Amino acid sequence: MARRILGPFNRAEGCLEIKLDIEEGEVTSALVVSPMYRGFEKILQGKDPCDALVYVPRICGICSVSQSVAASRALADLQGITPPPNGQLSHNLLLATENVIDHLTHFYLFFMPDFARPVYKEHPWFERAEKRFKAIKGDAAKQMLPARAAFLHIMGIMAGKWPHSLAIQPGGTTKALEINEKLRILSLLANFRHFLETVLFGDRLENIAAISSMEELENWVSQKGSEDSDFCRYIEIAGKTGLVNLGRCRQDSFLSYGAYKSDNDPVFAAGAIKKMQKHDFLSQKITEDLSHSWMSQSNGAKHPFDGMTIPDYGADNGYSWCKAPRLDGEVFELGALARQSVDGHPLVRDMVRQNGANVFSRTIARLLEIALTIPLMEQWVGELQPGERFCITEKMPDEGQGVGLVEAARGGLGHWIKVKNNYILNYQIIAPTSWNFSPRDEAGTPGALEQALVGTKVDESDEEPILVQHVVRSFDPCMFCTVH
Amino acid sequence: MANKLLANKNLLWLQSGGCGGCAISLLNAETPDLITSLEIAGINLLWHPSLSERSGTYYQKLLKEIQDGTVRLDILCVEGAVLCGPNGTGAFHLLAGTSTSMMELIANLSAIADHVVAIGSCTAFGGISAGGDNHTQATGLAFDGKEKGGFLGQGFCSRSGLRVINIPGCPVHPGWVIENLMMISSGLMKDDELDDWGRPHNIANRLAHHGCPRNEFYEYKASALQLSDLGCLMENLGCKGTQASADCNTRPWNGGGSCITGGYPCIACTEPGFEEPGHPFLETLKIAGIPVGLPIDMPKAWFVALSALSKAATPKRLKQNARCDHIEVLPEQRNKADE
Repeated sequence: MARRILGPFNRAEGCLEIKLDIEEGEVTSALVVSPMYRGFEKILQGKDPCDALVYVPRICGICSVSQSVAASRALADLQGITPPPNGQLSHNLLLATENVIDHLTHFYLFFMPDFARPVYKEHPWFERAEKRFKAIKGDAAKQMLPARAAFLHIMGIMAGKWPHSLAIQPGGTTKALEINEKLRILSLLANFRHFLETVLFGDRLENIAAISSMEELENWVSQKGSEDSDFCRYIEIAGKTGLVNLGRCRQDSFLSYGAYKSDNDPVFAAGAIKKMQKHDFLSQKITEDLSHSWMSQSNGAKHPFDGMTIPDYGADNGYSWCKAPRLDGEVFELGALARQSVDGHPLVRDMVRQNGANVFSRTIARLLEIALTIPLMEQWVGELQPGERFCITEKMPDEGQGVGLVEAARGGLGHWIKVKNNYILNYQIIAPTSWNFSPRDEAGTPGALEQALVGTKVDESDEEPILVQHVVRSFDPCMFCTVH
Repeated sequence: MANKLLANKNLLWLQSGGCGGCAISLLNAETPDLITSLEIAGINLLWHPSLSERSGTYYQKLLKEIQDGTVRLDILCVEGAVLCGPNGTGAFHLLAGTSTSMMELIANLSAIADHVVAIGSCTAFGGISAGGDNHTQATGLAFDGKEKGGFLGQGFCSRSGLRVINIPGCPVHPGWVIENLMMISSGLMKDDELDDWGRPHNIANRLAHHGCPRNEFYEYKASALQLSDLGCLMENLGCKGTQASADCNTRPWNGGGSCITGGYPCIACTEPGFEEPGHPFLETLKIAGIPVGLPIDMPKAWFVALSALSKAATPKRLKQNARCDHIEVLPEQRNKADE
């Protein structure tokens, strides 16, 4: 048996180390290490509850709005308030803008450049992939970046700036839109839709969203041809490199907190899937286990309301700053694939039925979600009522607790706040990559990525084993969020 | 390939005790986009966490080559505070794949880089990462909060003889980074381009207040009472725009915004120590009804006198609109249309 230590990984939003045990060219066991700790949960103790909205977006530069919305929901829960319709629509729109941009950035900047690495140079598709997706030099990024930046003008209009927007509040958003601003957002959406339909997909978003099985997807690609769009290019490369058999999680258990809100119900459903069966999920059954974290611990796994964060580098059995989140003591995978699986999108259901969660299905689910989300955004902008309130304000109670759950691009994000004597007594955060890149728990059960890496082929001569890179990035990790 | 205006400079980008938001903000660069901007500036990215192809072994080899002098390091950009804890070991951030602390790596590379650039307020001053009781011992490169010295020590100069160039902000504006990288690569960055905090004048020689869209409310002290009101945010909601060095309201964010256009008071994120203001962010500290944090350069007596005068003269339009979330009273029309 050989052990290899890989890292740092770039294009992974933060610092990541992977330790692999390898036998006969195949991974037999993996440890995922989050090597950086900043301690937001301790920074927040003793602060004014509203100040959380200044600190928490700074947990993460790429999902700052998700952090803000999670905090705003936790505070709204504490206050017992609900934003007015305009406020809820604005939260949806800001979250959706960030989630779509994150999926897009992941595809073009973080994921695809791996297929333009010299390790693939013998493949007939390589030259085309290199021209299109080569890191820094490929023409796709140069085409995507201006479209990305223009789409983010929605953030400028609705929230002042991104990342780290301060406009998101428990009672809505601090920016009341005017009618011309509503029209500008619609035109930014139309402009972005044009980019997506001509460059990314090569088809109407509605046609992509309507693909309902693997067979239909294959037919669609064969009609289009592999050079028609970046989506087609990806599907061709994925087929030739066997991504569908790579990065399979052992049990295909998925969790989604439910994404976006319409009259207080999630637009993409909430729930948990185990063995292909969907269940309701109760956030009360979430715990964090510290047995393999560099954290001081007492008396086993705890629900986040009772959770503690006391860093202890060198703690017995510890190998990561990340805690191990579990639902009912079990490991779950989170993200676009989980979200669309729980919501029951037929293509995602079919992909999972055939080959479970894998590198191919995770990536398709993210791109599919872009196609599903833009039409929703168009609808929400249409429902905005300039002149009506976007925000209500309510006094903060001097004592109480609240929970805020949200679906960030990478999956469910939760904030749990306890307030006493007007100050934050405890604040606990569980990010999606904390689930996906979690260390082992007390029972020794590995986290989702640790499971997904087992069985991956590793060529000893490859200094940066390429298949491992694909598996890791297929989760679209955000290491800043993971430990916070 | 874009025409390069300037010389070829090797740039290495390290991330440590931060959120990565400055790198993400940089991707928002427009006309031209980030990659084209760097090409034009003559910047050769040795390695960047969100853009570069290779990782792991290659990156570690690159770090060795830089440290043994095989690869020239013209510009070292550090994003994020230096995490010196626990107990000065730097173990809160070990570089993945190694047993080296980022703290040690930053020290080694700063000693051999021609220019050292601190990207964002965490790197410049400690920032949000140094919040609370700063149990991670987070510090800026050349300042620990408002204290001179920071991680690299008082009197630190990089090989070019310059102090650490501090691009402040939480996050940075993409234009701040790109323009100052162009200053460096074109040889225009000199010591007298930097203020006492090491911030380029092109960012910090003005105030966030300049160009504030709520300026008329400010002039007449027509103040917002709660978030989402249109009025001036200084009197009741903690706005520090008149005390924060930055051009946020004359240089648009994301095509046209700023924290204030978004309805939230300026929290002075370009200033050292902004993360611990000593009061809730949405509160204006006052003594005898007068804000403690007066506008920069304004004598207190003048402020009190002018405020009283302008409050007495506040037009009804401003008084009323200041406390609404959309304009209710329109400006009077001088000219009436002929019947």
